[in-house]
Amino acid sequence: MSAVIRAERLSKQYRIGASRTPYETLRESLTRALAAPFRRRSEASERGPASDSFWALRDVSFEVRQGEALGVIGRNGAGKSTLLKILSRITEPTTGSVVLDGRVGSLLEVGTGFHSELTGRENVFLNGAILGMRKAEIQQKFDEIVSFAEVERFLDTPVKHYSTGMYLRLAFAVAAHLEPEIILVDEVLAVGDAAFQKKCLGKMGDITEQGRTVLFVSHNMGAVASLCQTGLVLDAGRIRFVGPVTEAVELYLGQFSGANELPLMLRHDRAGTGEVKLTGFRLESETGEPVDSIRNGHTARLVFDYAAPAGRPARNVEFQIIVRTESGELLFQFGTRPIARNFGEIPSTGRFVCELERFPLVPGRYRLDAHLAVDGRMSDYVLWLAPLVVVDGDYYGSGYRVFERESRFLLDGRVRCEAAGEAPEHEGR
Amino acid sequence: MVDRVAEAAGPAHVVIRPSTGWTGVSLRDLWAYRELLYFLAWRDIKVRYKQTALGVIWVVIQPLFAMLVFSVFFGRLAGMPSGGVPYPVFAFCALLPWQLFAHALTESSASLVTNQNLITKVYFPRLIIPLAPVLASLLDFLIAFGLLLGMLAYYRITPTLWVWTLPLFLLLAIALAIGVGLWLAALNARYRDVRYTIPFLTQIWLFATPIAYPSSLVPEPWRAWYGLNPMAGVVDGFRWALLGTADAPGGLMAVSAAVTLVILVSGVHYFRRTERTFADTI
Repeated sequence: MSAVIRAERLSKQYRIGASRTPYETLRESLTRALAAPFRRRSEASERGPASDSFWALRDVSFEVRQGEALGVIGRNGAGKSTLLKILSRITEPTTGSVVLDGRVGSLLEVGTGFHSELTGRENVFLNGAILGMRKAEIQQKFDEIVSFAEVERFLDTPVKHYSTGMYLRLAFAVAAHLEPEIILVDEVLAVGDAAFQKKCLGKMGDITEQGRTVLFVSHNMGAVASLCQTGLVLDAGRIRFVGPVTEAVELYLGQFSGANELPLMLRHDRAGTGEVKLTGFRLESETGEPVDSIRNGHTARLVFDYAAPAGRPARNVEFQIIVRTESGELLFQFGTRPIARNFGEIPSTGRFVCELERFPLVPGRYRLDAHLAVDGRMSDYVLWLAPLVVVDGDYYGSGYRVFERESRFLLDGRVRCEAAGEAPEHEGR
Repeated sequence: MVDRVAEAAGPAHVVIRPSTGWTGVSLRDLWAYRELLYFLAWRDIKVRYKQTALGVIWVVIQPLFAMLVFSVFFGRLAGMPSGGVPYPVFAFCALLPWQLFAHALTESSASLVTNQNLITKVYFPRLIIPLAPVLASLLDFLIAFGLLLGMLAYYRITPTLWVWTLPLFLLLAIALAIGVGLWLAALNARYRDVRYTIPFLTQIWLFATPIAYPSSLVPEPWRAWYGLNPMAGVVDGFRWALLGTADAPGGLMAVSAAVTLVILVSGVHYFRRTERTFADTI
């Protein structure tokens, strides 16, 4: 099996100024040009080229073989999107090269070029052409696309009248019927309702099974692990790891144990009087071992060290943790407030231990905030105290992995089926 | 499955590396994406008159109205010479290539910015984006041209024997619109000021072009230099081929063609040189 994607020492440099104001006005350029002879002498010495530019990607080399599915993972800003943009020829690398052997289809978003005034039918053709399909090819697949998207009845309605779900289904359907030899995908699976998600995942699975080469960028570790054999971990523009996908996912999740964050004690991005402050945080397993991630269905123990800088015990203390999605949406709070049982008096140093049984979130990355109040006054409030990484702990013991988009919470409960005759009989009594 | 793959647009073997210096135009690449050009032009046409009450009638209303205004103010009131043909025909014959040029120019110079969602998400030869509105304007021209033929019939004017040269002048107008459009589109991607100068630019250019008046108003030793505005050549060409009122193509036409060529080639070059950063700067 030969390599169909071969990247050699790819690097991409961006100007920081350029990313902040994407375009400049003519006046700015003119004044800059006019001022240049005067400025050069004074500023050239202090402003080297390195100071206002950064490397989004640095010396990235890798190979993807025919029929392989490579998952690219990394945090926001690690260079994933830049890599994808270079591979799909949207932007040029600053140095280095890539050889692509085969037709490339890239899906950086679904519905690129959809026009709200055009009908569903018209948009299928337009979008298909934009994605690189021939008209004949689109015609051939048209019925398949439409039935996959389940929008038959609305084909001749302008898409501006579509519901978001319909719009996304149609958009994904066109993209899913693209048949290039190499396909570059950026998180497009995150569309639609749960049932459609499943369908999309299934379709992606088919694509890899057909022997086409896939490069898949995602934050959804579940999807990456199930679709890809190989994982590539990017960190600050460089490759941290390339190898079996399970190892890559583990390494990625491990990155969030807080290694390169400022210690909680030294952070200034917090609110409150500071009478009592949180000074440290760690995750522990049920048995008290430090861990990097929470396994859902198991007990999670969140341990917060605290200290009262004045060295005095504090009274009437309220402690609350807040768990949100990475984008900030509230998922749940837990602490002394709902149970109306504040700590009467706490020593000047110590720790709050928060034990959550049968941890109920689906695998993913979450944000942990914490709030501490003394005698009704906010004492310490830290947003993004730490990221929380939840991995699959086989909540139901069924082996079924629930994805982020299927459900957010995992609940204990039962579902049963009763014969029709039974219920009224019970009611009657 | 495999044979379907082969139908997809785009080359099968690609090497991506930083480009340097003169890049030229890959006609093969453009040809591979010709259907996209067609689809984008089709989209522009489809979308333009959606939700308008008069729809495609606007295509003829615009030059017709300009012709009326010109006929009243320049033809009647100012008594502008029109070389022996009725003034409305004289003006309309020039307004058609002008509207083609002005419309194509305006649309294509804004095209990169209006299509930035495509530029930052999908690869295709970037030249297609400013070319599509030119193609769309051509359709408008053909519709309005039908009206001109009707006017010729109404005034019982027979086109000259040189009418077959008309496509050449049309080509000149298109080449000029593409050349200027490429310059302005690429500049506009970087400097958004450009879009504010365009209405202004087209207005001045309109009066610098012999539309309301014949180019013979410009005295002889200078007339060839008038061709520095290539639209003068286009308009003269149209009048000469259809109405026989302007002089046969000569010095003025040669200058127009040369200037157009320079603008087109430099426009393509500038566009190609800056397109590699469109996705980063737009």
